[in-house]
Amino acid sequence: MRNEQSAIIVRGLTKRFAPGLLPALDAVDIDVPAGSIHGVLGLSGAGKSTLLRCVARLETPDSGEIIVAGSDWTHLSAAALRRERGKMGIVFQHLHLLSSRTVAANIALPLEINGMPRTAVAQRVTELLEWFGIADKAKEYPARLSGGQQQRVALARALATNPRVLLADEPTSALDPETRASVLNTLRSIREQFGVTILIITHDMHSAAAICDTLTVLDAGRVAESGPACELLEHPSTEITRRLLAHTGWPQSSSPPRPLSRQTHFEEIGQP
Amino acid sequence: MSNLFELGPSFFEATLQTLEMVSVAVFFCVIFGLLLGSWLAVTSPQGIAPARGVHQVLAAFANISRSIPFLILIVLLLPFTRFLVGTSIGTAAAIVPLVIGGTPYAARLVEAALLDVDPGLIQAMITLGISPAEAVWKVYLPESIPGLIRAFTVLAITMINFSAMAGAVGGGGLGDLAIRYGYQRFRLDVLALCCVVLILLVQLIQFAGNHLARNFDRR
Repeated sequence: MRNEQSAIIVRGLTKRFAPGLLPALDAVDIDVPAGSIHGVLGLSGAGKSTLLRCVARLETPDSGEIIVAGSDWTHLSAAALRRERGKMGIVFQHLHLLSSRTVAANIALPLEINGMPRTAVAQRVTELLEWFGIADKAKEYPARLSGGQQQRVALARALATNPRVLLADEPTSALDPETRASVLNTLRSIREQFGVTILIITHDMHSAAAICDTLTVLDAGRVAESGPACELLEHPSTEITRRLLAHTGWPQSSSPPRPLSRQTHFEEIGQP
Repeated sequence: MSNLFELGPSFFEATLQTLEMVSVAVFFCVIFGLLLGSWLAVTSPQGIAPARGVHQVLAAFANISRSIPFLILIVLLLPFTRFLVGTSIGTAAAIVPLVIGGTPYAARLVEAALLDVDPGLIQAMITLGISPAEAVWKVYLPESIPGLIRAFTVLAITMINFSAMAGAVGGGGLGDLAIRYGYQRFRLDVLALCCVVLILLVQLIQFAGNHLARNFDRR
């Protein structure tokens, strides 16, 4: 029965950064079934980052609900939220490892914060280091590692508390094709090994197509369309999805893509 | 120049007094500065737990004592100094205004060093469920050790400067010697020698600070 539950539910999520401005998110609904990999796609400025920040509760939404592994994260007190945070691991685009801590100590940090006894922490860290194939780097500082190794450290840290949900922010952007493939493989095996539900936020249609079970396409803060990845990719029903597909050269069955409007082009180069 | 030797013992003594004043004052300034500076950083708008009111009160406190010229601060603090150490003359008495004058300065330096930590990193730590106190201890302070060492180097050098002023109003040390023997008794050689020792001291501290900061940098 557990697998049929939703790991993340977003209902009517609205976020406006200033009164009078267009909302960054406008009544967004997303439902991520437990054990699946869900992708949130969109061009820059579509609201992907705001969505991530709201789901991670770095922002408080104006209205709507965020339910993570069965508990309502929208109305928690700061202290209660801190205790809940072990249920969600996040890998940030810029990884954000602590330069002052060794690899092992970085992975241990969320466990320390959760008050796990020292010996249990050491054991869990060893497990993770071995699973991610970085046991020989345990005593190194992150700055001495390659980009791929650093990302594995970030993944290990995100999964340390055995979260129910893993959020990945642009995990494959700024990677060469080979590393990208290896990261996608790692994410797939993570789902198997850790039994975790994965929400990927990306503009990289290729990666989304390769790994996601279901997709949500965001456009100007609204859900443009949403559904199983294969359906969405084969029969995109909205202009924005066709455009996203066109960018990646995905084979098209429907009408040819329109050229980008100036507005969109500007947004893209304006927000790297 | 040969007359310098007759000043030998007192010159040596003055150097020791300066070192004593500076090291004890820096020690306390670092402790109080870390406490006050961490509070300032955590509660600042860019901090992990912004608290406008608290931040403004702390900032006002830091600014008021920094805006009073040090020489005047020494005089203002005379009754307090007498209450604390029993006398207002001597090296121990000079340490009181040095600590009180130096702490807000140290706090501002600490605040700036801590806020140099990438805000994105702090947000990542929030998603790990870190509390503000834990963030100071496990993230802000360790991540900014090189910056803190550089800040305390600047602090120590400023303290040498301040100690000369404190010396001139009865605290002893190189500043005292330079004024009383060098200036008031027209002993240019004493004045020059005091300056040379102070310059060497500052160079040494700066060199040591740079070296330490580089050693602790893991980035």
